[in-house]
Order: sequence, then C-alpha cells, then structure tokens
Amino acid sequence: MASEFRLPALGADMDAGTIVEWHVAPGSRVKRGDVVAVVETDKGAIDVEIFEDGVVREIVVLPGEKVPVGTVLALIETGAGPEAATAAPAPAPVGTVEGRAEGPAPTAAPAAPGTGGGGPDEARFRISPAARRRARELDVDPASLHGTGPGGAITLEDVEAARREPSPAPAPAPAASPAGAAEADKAGMRAAIAAAMSRSKREIPHYYLSTQVDVAAAVDWLAVHNASVPVTGRLLFAALLLKALALTCRGTPGFSGFHRDGRYEESPAVHVGVAVALRGGGLVAPAIMDTADKPLAGLMEEFRALVTRARAGRLRASELAAPTIILTSLGEDSVDAVFPIIQPPQVAIVGAGAIVERPWVVDGKVVPRQVLTLSLGADHRVTDGRLGAQFLARLARRLGEPASL
Amino acid sequence: MNREQLAKRVLELVTEIAPDVDAASVIPGIDFRDQFDFDSMDTLNFAIALHRELGVEVPEAEYAQLASLDKCVAYLGERVQA
Repeated sequence: MASEFRLPALGADMDAGTIVEWHVAPGSRVKRGDVVAVVETDKGAIDVEIFEDGVVREIVVLPGEKVPVGTVLALIETGAGPEAATAAPAPAPVGTVEGRAEGPAPTAAPAAPGTGGGGPDEARFRISPAARRRARELDVDPASLHGTGPGGAITLEDVEAARREPSPAPAPAPAASPAGAAEADKAGMRAAIAAAMSRSKREIPHYYLSTQVDVAAAVDWLAVHNASVPVTGRLLFAALLLKALALTCRGTPGFSGFHRDGRYEESPAVHVGVAVALRGGGLVAPAIMDTADKPLAGLMEEFRALVTRARAGRLRASELAAPTIILTSLGEDSVDAVFPIIQPPQVAIVGAGAIVERPWVVDGKVVPRQVLTLSLGADHRVTDGRLGAQFLARLARRLGEPASL
Repeated sequence: MNREQLAKRVLELVTEIAPDVDAASVIPGIDFRDQFDFDSMDTLNFAIALHRELGVEVPEAEYAQLASLDKCVAYLGERVQA
C-alpha cells in the first residue's frame, strides 16, 4: 500500500515551507529516520526525515514549490503486508505519525494532525462527504486545500481543481544576491519569532520564579572531569543543566508537555529543547531527544552537533517539533538572570544566567562562591507557584550532585 | 610554521567554526567574543579543532589565552611543531 509523506509542522509558528531539494527519487528505498528532503522555512533550511520504511513511488511536490504544512510531498510504497493494510483504512498522514507522537501538534497549521493515531483530524476543516471520498481516490490531501464552499468548506470542485492544477511553476531559485537572501531569511525568522512570542504572551498566563544556586560543586566537578578526558570528551556546564532539567521534569509533572485544545497533556518522553542564538540574530530551539536517558558524554556530543547544525541551518524537522520544555542558557559573560517566554504549545521554560562569583554565606562565614540564577517561566493554566517552586528547588538540588547526573 | 602562517591557519579554523564570520574583517587584537559572539560552545569547538589540526591540546584552564587572534598566535607559537 502507499502512504503519504507530508510536510510536518515544526512548531506553532510555521505554516509553510519551500522544497529545496529531494535526496530521493521514485524507486529510492527509504527507511525510518532517513533525511529525504530539504525544506526552506522561516527557521532556516530543515532536513525532513521520513518515519517509515518503503520505496518512493512518486514525488508530488517539486523543488521550488512553497506548500502549506500537511501537504503531501511524496507517496511511499510501504510494501506492507495485509496487516498494515487493515490497520490503516483511513488515509492517515503516516509520514508524520511518529514525529507527531513525540512532538507538539502544529496548532497553527491548517493540517494539524490529530493526536493518538486515528485518521486525519477532520474536525478541523469542513469538507463535503463527496469531496472527501474523491480526495481519497485522487490522493489529494484535503487539509492542504483552500475551501471555496460555504463557511470555507472544501467542495468536490476544490478537490478536482487541486488535482487538475499541477504545481505552480517552480519559484525562482534562491534570491539573486546571497546578501539579499540572508536578509530575507533574517526577516522571516524575526517574523516567526514575533508570531510565536505574541501568541505566547496573548494566550499563556505566565508566572515567574527564580532562585540563586551555589553551583561550586558542579563547577569543580566539571573542571576535574574535563581535565581528565581528551579534549573531545569535555563537557559544558549547559550539558549538566540539560540532564538535571530532564530528570527534574520526569519527577515533577506539569512542566514537560503540551497545552492544546484547552487542556494539558504531560509528554511521556522528555525532550529538552536548547535555545540556540544565531550569530546573525534570531534563535532556534531544537530538541535533544530523550534527554533524561542519555549519559552525559553522549548528551554533550549531541548537544554540540545540534548547535553546529543549528548555526549551519541544517536542523531536522523532528528536532524542531519535538521540545517538551526549553532551556535557555545565556552563558558566560552575560546577565545574572533571564525571564524567558514560553514557546506554545509548551507550558514551561527554564532560564539560566551567567555563573558569577558572589559573596555567599557558608557555615556562618561569608565566602566567595560560584552562583547561578535559575528561573522558571511556567503556565498558570497548568501549575501554580508552589509546584513551580518545588520544580526549581529539585533542579537546583540535582545540580548540587553532579556526579549523579 | 611562522607567525603569519599560524595566524592564517587559526583564522581558517575560526571561520570553520563560525562560517558567517568574514576572515578579512577579524581584528587581531580584539577578543572573538566581543567581535562575533564566540560562546563557550565555539570555544570548545575551537579547542577540538586546534587539537585535531595542529596537535595542540589546550587545557580548559587556559582557554582565556585563545580569546583573540593575537593571543592565539602568541600561545600557539610556542606549542606548534614546525
């Protein structure tokens, strides 16, 4: 049977992408996790992976075309036996099923797939039964159509038109001057950040907490560790933070998950997103998958690769869609504290300022200590300050025991 | 490797880590951090690159000596084999 490989959403603020290139052609064999296409978005060029095994039957969207999230990009022959065939009577957007199970639903996207693996979330757009049937026959994704019927409903005619009308002429290739393209990228990213943050401030009643933590134990532990390993094995303090945060999320529900359609759902897996500032301005927050389960060395390696790819503009779709909570660490030589804004549909974000030497009272004596200010921005629809305080205190305690991370 | 060659090699490595930095615009006496937001991740990547390309393992405690192009050349000059 054939399944549809669709353009996944990469967060609340992305609604379209332009295919830059395909790494596969009809007949190519693909397996779960393969990067099959590069898509240009407001967040830069993104590697889009596929989430099942099969053979490419048809490339539907050609390079240069800009299409909305949820659009069928290619058809994949899964070659599945009768089992799979019976398991999928509805044209489920298989291409994104896995990513969706782990990541936030593209709330802003017209093609928002449902949660929990049924068919497409048909409640979100109106379509006549005849049009739906025809869409299935023609392999047209109704979610990608603009309805012209009453109340924006998709009509049979819309479906037929979508089939007749092949893709518009390929868009002009990347802007003539690289500088112009860079400017356009920057403007696009700024607009994406503006949209997500405006929505966050409009919809999420934030509350903020902060606490100062004596991190001397962690800093010392790190120095000893880094002196004892080859340069490639050195850890950054942020790696400790990432791991401590992920473990804290696991023990304190209410902070790592998604608020959608009026209710909160804790994510079974903790994928901590790392806010990465881009040198030209702007930022992205890709996730380190299953952060809590990774040993520090592996986590650091992934973190390093992730930052490198984020800055090179080569993130994967799954990484951008996955974060269940974000860590923003402003790092050395910056400010003491940050009060970050939640990225919907997440419900919490943790900030870390610079580690600074401050007078600190230890056993009744004032001594110089390395101090870090941790902050939490959390969603008051989901948790209250009391639980937030517990969360932050637990995170601080974990940082105090670096050897256990 | 003379001073000039070393400076050129260091610049290549810096721009490899920060591809958006224009090598010609780097001011030798000013810290990378102040010129183009070199952060702790960049510094770690730089240390890894120096080890890989020049065979110099810079201890973490000496990262400050890699802060600018001038400092790099001074520090590495004594450590790079010819």
